[in-house]
Amino acid sequence: MKLESKIPAGPLAEKWARQKFGLKLVNPANKRKYDIIVVGTGLAGASAAASLAELGYNVKAFCFQDSPRRAHSIAAQGGINAAKNYQNDGDSVFRLFYDTIKGGDYRAREGNVYRLAEVSVNIIDQCVAQGVPFAREYGGLLANRSFGGAQVSRTFYARGQTGQQLLLGAYSALSRQVANGKVKLYTRTEMLDLVVEGGKARGIVTRNLITGKIESHAGHAVLLCTGGYGNVFYLSTNAMGSNVTAAWRAHKKGALFANPCFTQIHPTCIPVSGHYQSKLTLMSESLRNDGRVWVPKKQEDSLRIREGKIKPTDLPEDARDYFLERRYPSFGNLVPRDVASRNAKYVCDEGRGVAKTGLAVYLDFADAIKRDGRKTIEAKYGNLFEMYEKITGENPYELPMMIYPAVHYTMGGLWVDYNLMTTIPGCYALGEANFSDHGANRLGASALMQGLADGYFVIPYTVGDYLATIGPADKIAVDSPVFKEAEKKVHDTVQQLLSIKGDRPVDDFHRDLGHIMWEYCGMSRNAEGLKIAKQKIQQLKKDFWTNVKVLGDSEEINQALEQASRVADFIELGELMVDDALNREESCGGHFREEHQTEDGEALRDDENFTYVAAWEYQGENQPELLNKEVLEFENVKLTQRSYK
Amino acid sequence: MKITLKVWRQKNNNTPGKLVEYQLDNVSEDMSFLEMFDVLNDSLTRKGEEPVAFDHDCREGICGMCSMYINGRAHGPQTGATTCQLHMRSFSDGDTIVVEPWRARAFPVIKDLMVDRAAFDRVIQAGGYVSVNTGSARDANEILIPRTIADEAMDAAACIGCGACVAACKNASAMLFVSAKVSQLAILPQGKAEHVERAERMVAQMDAEGFGACSFTGACSVECPKSISLDHIARLNREYLGAKLTSDNVQ
Amino acid sequence: MVWITQALSSSLGRKVIMSLTGLFLSSFLIVHMAGNLQLFKADGGRAFNEYTYFMTHNPLIITVSYLLYTSILVHALMAFILTRHNRDSRPVQYAYSKPEANSDWSSRNMGILGTIVLLFIIIHMRTFWYEMHFGSVPMAEYDGKQYKDLYAVVKEAFSQWWYVLLYVLCMGALGYHLAHGFQSGFQSLGVRHKKYTPVIELVGRYFFAIIIPLAFAAMPVYVFLQVHGII
Repeated sequence: MKLESKIPAGPLAEKWARQKFGLKLVNPANKRKYDIIVVGTGLAGASAAASLAELGYNVKAFCFQDSPRRAHSIAAQGGINAAKNYQNDGDSVFRLFYDTIKGGDYRAREGNVYRLAEVSVNIIDQCVAQGVPFAREYGGLLANRSFGGAQVSRTFYARGQTGQQLLLGAYSALSRQVANGKVKLYTRTEMLDLVVEGGKARGIVTRNLITGKIESHAGHAVLLCTGGYGNVFYLSTNAMGSNVTAAWRAHKKGALFANPCFTQIHPTCIPVSGHYQSKLTLMSESLRNDGRVWVPKKQEDSLRIREGKIKPTDLPEDARDYFLERRYPSFGNLVPRDVASRNAKYVCDEGRGVAKTGLAVYLDFADAIKRDGRKTIEAKYGNLFEMYEKITGENPYELPMMIYPAVHYTMGGLWVDYNLMTTIPGCYALGEANFSDHGANRLGASALMQGLADGYFVIPYTVGDYLATIGPADKIAVDSPVFKEAEKKVHDTVQQLLSIKGDRPVDDFHRDLGHIMWEYCGMSRNAEGLKIAKQKIQQLKKDFWTNVKVLGDSEEINQALEQASRVADFIELGELMVDDALNREESCGGHFREEHQTEDGEALRDDENFTYVAAWEYQGENQPELLNKEVLEFENVKLTQRSYK
Repeated sequence: MKITLKVWRQKNNNTPGKLVEYQLDNVSEDMSFLEMFDVLNDSLTRKGEEPVAFDHDCREGICGMCSMYINGRAHGPQTGATTCQLHMRSFSDGDTIVVEPWRARAFPVIKDLMVDRAAFDRVIQAGGYVSVNTGSARDANEILIPRTIADEAMDAAACIGCGACVAACKNASAMLFVSAKVSQLAILPQGKAEHVERAERMVAQMDAEGFGACSFTGACSVECPKSISLDHIARLNREYLGAKLTSDNVQ
Repeated sequence: MVWITQALSSSLGRKVIMSLTGLFLSSFLIVHMAGNLQLFKADGGRAFNEYTYFMTHNPLIITVSYLLYTSILVHALMAFILTRHNRDSRPVQYAYSKPEANSDWSSRNMGILGTIVLLFIIIHMRTFWYEMHFGSVPMAEYDGKQYKDLYAVVKEAFSQWWYVLLYVLCMGALGYHLAHGFQSGFQSLGVRHKKYTPVIELVGRYFFAIIIPLAFAAMPVYVFLQVHGII
């Protein structure tokens, strides 16, 4: 398949303006003749649904939660970047673009990233106008902070709840359109298939999670704003319900899946405490500004700590290994997320980890408390310390905090062109669900920016181009055979899951999948491990379809059934991730192949052979997927190697 | 730890429910309350009994999905926290824990511990927004909002819409929820233009949903995971009274 | 005028009515208490009877008293409507609930407390107000002028220990009712401010919830002790 990014020619700074001018428009009076389906109501989905309804389109918005306000965007803590340069510290659209491209380890498209930086300023204006209570200075102007190692202060924030406030802003805009009758809301409704006919997306098949009713919804365009797939690892910072199903089913209908192996691991999460662990909680990255990361130098000391024979505070200075400060003298504890995560893994692999499980490292504030006083530390991190104590029952003022990396974000996703259209005409992917803007690694405070950029400022322009091309008559009724057939297939799959009647609950399989993915396709990967993983996943898939135990029936709320259908897709996705990781014989961003590292153990990119987007094409059940390459071209930045020594 | 659970089981809204007792012998104190339910459901499934349905999603106290009435209190014994943030170390070995769904006319039980909170969405749809279309905003710094005002608005905006206020209130009143939104937008200059209609419409919708009236017992604020203050309820009263006295709406 | 009925029949409007009538009744308590302090005068009831005369003959007071009766009725009726509505808002009760963890007892039992106060008012008015207006009250003469000797009625009523006890207990209920009611009334009107709310709370908690009920309770006790020659 030939992948066309559809980025217009011309200078970087003019591309988006040129594109907007070149896109066809839909006559205002005709907009009401078009129906648009939006799946997911997070930042991307809610902002898109609201904006399109404001333009006059008829929108149907779907979410599996009981309210659009609960989408997982709500959990983002840190902030949102924008090139406002309110601080007069040298920020600009180009600098934000450059930081993002570089942060993504040169595996994203220049055009997309530049557009993202360009519209970032409009996002802040829009959100403020909606009543989002961003932090302010005493004089009333917006406050900023620097975030994620950026050298300028361009992050806007609302306490530690920026995602929540932005989502509630988008949700309020969406609610307004629901009241206006322009958006019809379907909550507790899950998309289970994309209907494609004549090469175009025609609608979706959904299951009502309360009644179990399987229904079709037809539309001129389908927008998938369904978030990331971090839960393929079972344990992640994602919400329990976050899943890949909508994107995966679209993939099986012809949408290419790009760079699935690009996942981001966040270094400062609260460690796993036991087998029952259901999710991981992120602690703000800002903790690394004052906390020192260490483990015992000797394995024996580690062991004694793990068995509870000694306390970490009993260990003298010279028996501790401040491994980040030792290996990266200039950046120290503030090395990027992937580097910090990988090093934590290494020391734990050496048997020097702490906590009962041996899968944790210390983040110690004793020196900071000694230096600045407990009051200062409390003022900075009080709420985080409180949260930590709530979860672990330990007081971080007295004992060092324990942290461990956890899966946080997935840069990969459905392949989209500059217009956010997937390889299925009429089917779009927005936000974390697409692959477009973060390359191999996402910078802090950029996820919120991308979700809202796509929903507020990109899709309202680009979707019109497609709609104007096809015309309002180009729509298929829900009682047409293609919908009925899709409904039947969804129905059959649901019944199949219920009829297996095996002896292992769904979570068992999900946990197993998570272990495989974390072990072989997590923070660092190698060919041998990936091959083992592939086998194990295939075995797991067989086992799942013969031995999963889902009780109850399909005509009622059945959470195990919902989960089973999601885990089935995760298993298939897991295999593709492994394939992608195997294929990418280089280390870049969140993808670290042990075979490809510098002498110092740092990631080694192979720009000559891998400056491309790996877009995978589904070939049928149990068939290897076909790799398509979109070569990335860099005209405005020079590819350099990262160094944090 | 050994825990005895008494859990509300109800097949659907049309079937009566009852408390059913379960024994759990291997509860770790590091488990979250919901992880204990995962363990229960795992064992029920293996035994061939239908697992308990309960709402949950982010499990870090922000999505507002989890909603359990635990030992007589919304979100359990810990204040300033959601059910998912509650850990078993808050209980002792041998405890009996009664778990029920939120109870309110406006929150009908769907199944077991799940309730339908769409009423909250409809209240927001009645006016919990600023009418601004995408693209028509002016520069963000053109609106000056003093820090104290921004902070107060943020206090109100922190609401996660979980419904604990309704669950804890003896009248099943939604005043804390409604007032948090009305208050946030009434404090901020962006929300001023519509503040009169907003108060009128959101209160009308709140009443139509069948929530009770406010008795100022303060239970809502105590049980609110975000500790939202009663100040906002007073502000809503003020807004509403002012709106009724001054608006042009005679119908 | 649809808007008025609409506003007043909304849950917030009803609370405003509760608040206005309640606060009006509270203010009446001050006047009533101040007046009845005449009972403590050791003049055989003259000051009290003269005060009673004034209260039943001053046209302004008479007008206000009708407002007062109406307020009592409206307050009670509205409370009844609200309570029923609030009950309906939770058709299925919790099997196990621990409200004492999050709220004061008095705030949750305003209905019961109010009912006790209402019953008290009925008994109280039957004993004194009804007797004064429609019963046969003995006459007293001061400076050649005839007065209804309500003081005699008071003495008779408060000479019975169970009647005194009833009064004291009812004043306890009134205290609890006001402990929550007074400050809550301001909330319903939207009066809440960092500077003034603590003052309102203090006045409610100490003056209305303790001093006023104590003063009222002291009257029957005092009269009882006096009649029985204990003091």
